[in-house]
Amino acid sequence: MKKKINFIIIFSLIIFIFITFIIGLNKNSTYTTANITNVNIENFKSKELFSDEIINFINPNFKKKITILNIWASWCLPCRTEHEFLINLSENKEVILVGLNYKDKTENAKSFLNELGNPYEKVLIDDKGLISIELGAFGVPETYIINNQEKKIIKKYVGPIDEIKSKEIESLVKS
Amino acid sequence: MLSHLGFYSLVFSIFFSVCIIFLSSRSVYNKVSKNVNIIYSLIFLQLFFVVFSFSCLVTAFLISDFSNITVYNNSHTTKPIFYKFSGVWGNHEGSLLLWLLVLTFFLFLFFVNSKKQDLKYKLLTVIFQEIIILGFLLFIIITSNPFYYLNPIPKEGLGLNPILQDPALAIHPPILYLGYVGSSLIFSSSLAATVNKSVNSNWAKDVKIWVFASWIFLTLGIMLGSVWAYYELGWGGFWFWDPVENVSLMPWFCLTALLHTILVLEKRNSLKNWTIILSIATFSLSMSGTFLVRSGILNSIHTFANDPSRGLFILVFLFFLIVLAIIIFFLFTEDEKNTSKGFFLISKESAVLINNWFMMYFLSVVLIGTVYPIFLEVFTDEKISVGAPFFQKLMIPFLIPFFIFMSFGPRLKWIKDSLKKLNYYQITIFIITLSASYLIVKYSGVKYLFSVLLISTSLFLVYNSLRDILIKSIQFPQKISHFAFSILILSILINGIYSKEFNSNMKVGDEIVFMDKKIKFKSINFEEEVNYKLLKGNFEVSEKGKSAMVFNPEIRIYNQPVISTSEADIKTNLFNDNFIVFTLIQESEIFNVRYQHKPFMVWIWISIVLLAFGGAFAIFKNEKKN
Repeated sequence: MKKKINFIIIFSLIIFIFITFIIGLNKNSTYTTANITNVNIENFKSKELFSDEIINFINPNFKKKITILNIWASWCLPCRTEHEFLINLSENKEVILVGLNYKDKTENAKSFLNELGNPYEKVLIDDKGLISIELGAFGVPETYIINNQEKKIIKKYVGPIDEIKSKEIESLVKS
Repeated sequence: MLSHLGFYSLVFSIFFSVCIIFLSSRSVYNKVSKNVNIIYSLIFLQLFFVVFSFSCLVTAFLISDFSNITVYNNSHTTKPIFYKFSGVWGNHEGSLLLWLLVLTFFLFLFFVNSKKQDLKYKLLTVIFQEIIILGFLLFIIITSNPFYYLNPIPKEGLGLNPILQDPALAIHPPILYLGYVGSSLIFSSSLAATVNKSVNSNWAKDVKIWVFASWIFLTLGIMLGSVWAYYELGWGGFWFWDPVENVSLMPWFCLTALLHTILVLEKRNSLKNWTIILSIATFSLSMSGTFLVRSGILNSIHTFANDPSRGLFILVFLFFLIVLAIIIFFLFTEDEKNTSKGFFLISKESAVLINNWFMMYFLSVVLIGTVYPIFLEVFTDEKISVGAPFFQKLMIPFLIPFFIFMSFGPRLKWIKDSLKKLNYYQITIFIITLSASYLIVKYSGVKYLFSVLLISTSLFLVYNSLRDILIKSIQFPQKISHFAFSILILSILINGIYSKEFNSNMKVGDEIVFMDKKIKFKSINFEEEVNYKLLKGNFEVSEKGKSAMVFNPEIRIYNQPVISTSEADIKTNLFNDNFIVFTLIQESEIFNVRYQHKPFMVWIWISIVLLAFGGAFAIFKNEKKN
């Protein structure tokens, strides 16, 4: 009897894992972010990676239309793949890119940017991960599209930016 | 032509698999032995055709036959001959063919070596192994055929990814595969023994050699991978908790547990079901590794192929094998009379069990950290990457009791022992190591209490493993491997705690002082090699009272495909590694220079080799005895 119960438990567990993997395989990597849109963005302060100054995130100097806040880390592999898209986005004149460096070593973060190029206007340090938690981030990488006039999050992307998402962002900037 | 020959040999091999499964099943069912010689010849023929097919692919690579799509995608005429050869398994299709080659070769070895075994058990093992072989054959032919034909024939190939052009990486996959595939034979033979109801000391004695062999290859394979990461990637680390690294570590934990448990089964005829579970788990984890890497379900630098149909095939096949194994396990195992409940607390059996608990704990941490992102993505649509802090936080605290336990465990006797081993002498030694490490940690500027405990317990372990060498009742291979393991742990800890790195942007002529060292960027040269151009930096690192060290790191720009890589220049001595790597900052004369000081680096490699050597010695001794 005990054996039968064990068997049923293990068997259902395996079926569960199997189904999860099947779904995982066929998963389209686009995300719904409807629930986070139109939320006000709170200001926060942190140290800048290169200048070591403490600065405000909502900075009066950011006079452009859109701010893109990208949470990244040098140890995060998906961040590597999204980097070229961020560099392309940073060339858009309507956009300011701000990086939030999540639980990272300063040297590693710097050499990551030296190696792959620096798309960010400013990089704020979040060495304890607290700022990211308050923003409602779940992990790295994550990207927030913020309307500077209304100070509202228009859209949030969880996971690396790819070609489709970066086109979507560009159309958001235009509209 | 070569492509056709290679492809049709594979098709033939399918035919042999079906024949072997059919004949063996009939022999098992009718309990007759007249087919054994035919099966033997069929296994040999299958091996022959797989070897032939593999040679076709090798030849196609060596003569740069670009009519073959795999060669076209992964080779180039200007590549050195050694990398043309290793290019065979530097891609998805070729590496699967290598996997198949090892599978058939191991089955052949098993069949030749187990003449004395019970016939039913032997044939059942052949059946299970042939099911695995058949699965892989179909996988190759349906989704990953390496012999596709290109017409018109291209003049030049696309080239092998330069970061794969490295001696350590050239032999890393074959060695790792020997480990993975070895575990397939453990899987088949444990299922066979379960069906045959012959899970006992004799079986343990027979399968032990495969456990040891797979463990050695897996250990060396993982090491080669991390040697490659250390030298080639130039990130200054040897382990990054990347999903694909984790995937090779999981079967290692499982196999290490099995390696210890199989001895209990051999000596005490106990822990039967647990041994079978470990055997099944080891192979399932090896296969899941293949699935995770090849399906593109995980984000990783190692991902070869992003083809969901491949992922689906391996997934279905993997779960078919797991379900088969579990059904067999539940149908044929009996409740053990002689279980762990009958063990005395202070005995070698209990020590092995405790070792297993630790291994299972480490395994679960790695497993959860690796597959959690997949589950999270499926259920909540979030994509995250679990980094080193997770693994370190969950594993490091458990290392302390593990070290203390490992200092005593190996010395215990079978059946029953006493606690006399824990006497004042040991306590004194422990206090000495504790204060020694406190002093070390205090005077080297590291402030963590944890480091004191870690270093002192690992020093204690080193001391005890050294002392174990003098004890006659402990087997020599065990002494070697345990001692090597203690050195490995100590080196990793010291390396982790005392590594220093310095990172700066420099121009030619700049000079910077770091940790009493003066680093000078003297000059830069431009050179040209066969398949790449290179920028060679010339750095001088000088320290007071010591002669200056010269470093020549390189930036290589490969021609096919055009990729630039940074080659670190590493100066190794017995106590530490120093290395400089530099990268070009675009559109400027400035270079990003990274200097690293890594103590005891070389001891990590030496101790892993020694660890594997211990295993090899055990096999050698075992063979001599028989």
